[in-house]
Amino acid sequence: MLVSTNWLKQYVNLDHVSVNQLAEDITKTGVEVEQVIPPLVDSEHLVVGYVKECVQHPNADKLNLCQVDVGNGEIAQIVCGATNVTEGQYVVVARPGAVLPGGFKIKKAKLRGEASEGMICSLQELGIDEKYIDEKYKDGIYVIEEEVKAGQLAAPLLNLNDHIIEFDLTPNRADCLSMIGVGYEVAAIYNQEMKTPELNLTTADEQSSDYISVEIEDEQANPYYGAWIIKDLQVKPSPLWLQNRLISAGIRPINNVVDVTNYVLLEYGQPLHAFDYERFQSNKVVTRLAKDGETIKTLDGEERTLTADQLVITNGSEAHAIAGVMGGEHSEVQEDTSTVLLEAAYFEPQTVRQSSKYHGIRSEASIRYEKGLDITRVKEAATRAAQLLAELGEGQVLGSIVEAGSTEWTNDVITFNQVEMAERIGANISLENMTSIIERLRFDYEVNGEDISVTVPPRRRDLKIKEDMVEEIARLYGYDNIPFTLPTGVMNQGGLTKRQKHLRAVHGYLQSSGLYESVTYSLTTEDKANQLVSPEVEVLNVKPVRLAMPMSDLHSHLRLSAVPELISSLQYNVARNQYNVGLYEVGSIYTQTEGEGTQPTERLRASAAITGLWENHPWQGVKKPVDFFVIKGILEGLFDYLKLNDVEFEQANLESLHPGRTAVIKLSGSVVGYVGQLHPMTQKQYDIQETYVFDLDLETILGAMDERDVYEPITKYPAIAQDLAFVVSQDLPARVLEEAIMEQGQPHLKSVRVFDVYEGEHMEEGKKSIAFNLIFQNNERTLKDEEIEEARKSIVSYLEQQYQAVLRG
Amino acid sequence: MKERLQTLKQEALDQVNSASDQRALQDVKVYYLGKKGQITDVLKGMGKLSKEERPVVGQLANEVRDEITEAIETKQQTLEKQAIEKQLQEEAVDVTLPGKPSQIGGSHLLMSVIRDIEDLFTSMGYQVAEGPEVETDYYNFEALNLPKGHPARDMQDSFYITEELLMRTHTSPVQARTMNKHEGKGPVKIICPGKVYRRDTDDATHSHQFTQIEGLYVDENIRMSDLKGTLNVLAKHLFGEDREIRLRPSFFPFTEPSVEMDISCKVCGGDGCSVCKKTGWIEILGAGLVHPNVLEMAGFDSNKYSGFAFGMGPERIAMLKYGIEDIRHFYTNDVRFLKQFHRV
Ligand SMILES: [Zn+2]
Repeated sequence: MLVSTNWLKQYVNLDHVSVNQLAEDITKTGVEVEQVIPPLVDSEHLVVGYVKECVQHPNADKLNLCQVDVGNGEIAQIVCGATNVTEGQYVVVARPGAVLPGGFKIKKAKLRGEASEGMICSLQELGIDEKYIDEKYKDGIYVIEEEVKAGQLAAPLLNLNDHIIEFDLTPNRADCLSMIGVGYEVAAIYNQEMKTPELNLTTADEQSSDYISVEIEDEQANPYYGAWIIKDLQVKPSPLWLQNRLISAGIRPINNVVDVTNYVLLEYGQPLHAFDYERFQSNKVVTRLAKDGETIKTLDGEERTLTADQLVITNGSEAHAIAGVMGGEHSEVQEDTSTVLLEAAYFEPQTVRQSSKYHGIRSEASIRYEKGLDITRVKEAATRAAQLLAELGEGQVLGSIVEAGSTEWTNDVITFNQVEMAERIGANISLENMTSIIERLRFDYEVNGEDISVTVPPRRRDLKIKEDMVEEIARLYGYDNIPFTLPTGVMNQGGLTKRQKHLRAVHGYLQSSGLYESVTYSLTTEDKANQLVSPEVEVLNVKPVRLAMPMSDLHSHLRLSAVPELISSLQYNVARNQYNVGLYEVGSIYTQTEGEGTQPTERLRASAAITGLWENHPWQGVKKPVDFFVIKGILEGLFDYLKLNDVEFEQANLESLHPGRTAVIKLSGSVVGYVGQLHPMTQKQYDIQETYVFDLDLETILGAMDERDVYEPITKYPAIAQDLAFVVSQDLPARVLEEAIMEQGQPHLKSVRVFDVYEGEHMEEGKKSIAFNLIFQNNERTLKDEEIEEARKSIVSYLEQQYQAVLRG
Repeated sequence: MKERLQTLKQEALDQVNSASDQRALQDVKVYYLGKKGQITDVLKGMGKLSKEERPVVGQLANEVRDEITEAIETKQQTLEKQAIEKQLQEEAVDVTLPGKPSQIGGSHLLMSVIRDIEDLFTSMGYQVAEGPEVETDYYNFEALNLPKGHPARDMQDSFYITEELLMRTHTSPVQARTMNKHEGKGPVKIICPGKVYRRDTDDATHSHQFTQIEGLYVDENIRMSDLKGTLNVLAKHLFGEDREIRLRPSFFPFTEPSVEMDISCKVCGGDGCSVCKKTGWIEILGAGLVHPNVLEMAGFDSNKYSGFAFGMGPERIAMLKYGIEDIRHFYTNDVRFLKQFHRV
């Protein structure tokens, strides 16, 4: 909403306040001001001039030499290049000293040997937007067509000196979609009088009802419809003052009839529509719901097909307007129109919203109807318009308005008291102070003992409950005057839950392991939503959840793994020459386990993707790309950190992953995720080099963690290390041997760890050598050599028998 | 014999002096002081001496031996020192060469902002509450005083999945869910961070996915002044002790009264500049007193209980704090961006 301050001053005295102060006060008490648009030109050097003489410039074919009366008998010689300048015109003259929009300074000049004291201006030169300018003045100077005097200031005449305040209205403040509404608001802020327009309409003896009748078929959608006939009108351009008002509000002037309806819309917030009575071709208005498939050609020239939930204004047979949205082209007011059918109606917000949404039209009318108008103001607005039409179009307003339905409205009464006010606000506002604020708002009220009962006027139908009145009073009392306090209730224990603390530990570990935390989109493509899904999710047999109406295919489905989006992030980095990147994300996946259309289960997962060099220290010869064991090491470290011991990595063959470099991860025997290298084909698909990823079900992991850390006393008895190396079949996994050694090494074997693997030269075909470091320990005593020897023997003989292992030297 | 000892001493001391390394010194030691060394040799010949001479020569021999031993030790120390110095010289590195980089990751800026706010509020007795991102129409809208067809639903065009399911458009449904769990008993003190989704085309200032963090405090006698005081703590924590806050009226269907909180502009100190759109104030968050309908729908008696709620965008806070110009930086995961933030 654009609010002209020059216009606003018509209703409220604002002499004591600067525009910037006004904007700030409005923002602080009720409505956010988006910006203050400064005046286009505000100069005493911009005046009305009378062209007394206009001859061709002696030295230039295309220039005119004008003698212009600029007031007080002063004649200024001005060189003008416009083709439409002639003797006898009143024009806008920028005299030396004037500054035009764009910082253009007017100075005395000599043009082709002739002195020129200023400039005769076009509207563009005065900063008026092209869209508001009449065709005939688009390519030349502006000629004033009203009665003016030479020397008169031109800025007020064309409203160039106006400050315009742009409001950012919240949906509840529909009252401020009208100048009168804004007037009430500003009057309340400054405790000023609010001057509403004076209405004194004279009507002809002839009755509107002789020409028109009104019938409402659906009172729910259309509670009130009024029709007024104005005869013998002359359709012509509006006077400047009216055009100025419309332009200040961002509406293009068209002709006096249309302009008057728009003016009243802006002033009262009440949309009106003028039909050409002859072209309406009927003596009755019937408002009804449209028939499915019914068509209408609207004012914008579009042929529109209607549906049965849209309200239309008809002449008994054909639709001539979509109610509250847009009129029809057929009965549009034109230059030859002489009888107008003026519509002043109230349509239900829901009805208008539906039509407006369906047709994609947000007109000045529809945005007001949608929010809910002051129904009691409809006739007043119609009277104002009729009066202006009579005045500006020299028309005759016939009898009284022809009506159907009713404009009755029951006012809400809100009762509250000073204690309630103080309890909500935390400040003691005296009863007097409260009632004086209510008076400033121009609301009727009654005080009964402690209670104040406020009768809410229909222009403020957003106010319904106590809390609404609390807000009204508090905002005008001033939020700045409310003290700073903190709640004084019972102390309670806050803080993070165990789960949240554990989650933070996971983040802390992953970050310290060298990965950067990332945030990717949950909505992805259908392909990516189905890619790299972990086996324990795959077995749920769910499809990715799809949006009903995605904005694009890029974000149409909810992910089942964050890994594809993380790979895209790697790719984004690589494309910008960042080749060594490790990212992780902790975020949800969405599995519709209860069937299509049900609320999905959201499970947290930790995912990662790494590409490029993991260690990079070239001058000392360290340049180690990420490999399977780097990413596996991060995971092993994580489980170690979280004290989860029962973890296995099992060779696996998963789609989109390298078949020889992929493992599923099992926690206590159940799959909780995977780790591996992307399949070379997948790498190619993402345009990326060797990349390793993992995807881990955090819910299971968090669930398996101990509530808190458990202390294990540090033993004073020494640990004894033993190394054992075996030659075994090449395809025997290390884990199998490790587990066997661990079992056979009991009760004193504490840990087994591979420290060397050798295959190739000097090794029998199909064999490998694998060496283990064993640590024996007893927390209560020093172990004897025989005990170690016994364990060793048992391990060796078991591996020999079971796996044909050969102990090495 | 005395002369021989004197000569030996002189010879030995000369040789000790000229020994250039540890091995040479060791040779000198063996030659003079060893089992078969020169001094030992002299001592062996003492038997031939008279009773009177024996103690005199003996004492002299001991003196000579001690003197040589001491000289050797001194020399030994000197040589060791020289050797270490040589070693140190050889081991010197160019300290200006680059060190081996540590592999270190870091926290995402958005998440850091969220954790920072969580920590502030948990220290004031709040708990962190979470809820689903795919939400029911009921919790996302209806329970928040936004019935079907409510015009304010247009304010946040949403991604629907079915008529009853959608990507949550704010974190407010977590408030409704948590209040429900409390079964009408206060206090409820929660802070709710999370991802939210709206039908926006991604550009420098819009993102179809973004984050929010909301706070809710429901108890008996919660007042607007409590909200003001709490927001003041938050604003100063986030932006510095020297910042002022102001509340101004706004509209949210789930709060009444509703306010927006601005902080004073640091760039211009309140005089007005391009950062604050010439107002001296920068909009930070929305807040208000919980609407009685919302309390009632969540099972709280609105005559007994009142509450305040506030909600903000971590993206906006991070953008203001660091002057970040494009919201998409939070979602591309460009390491050149991620690496810049380790503390908030
Ligand atoms: Zn500023």
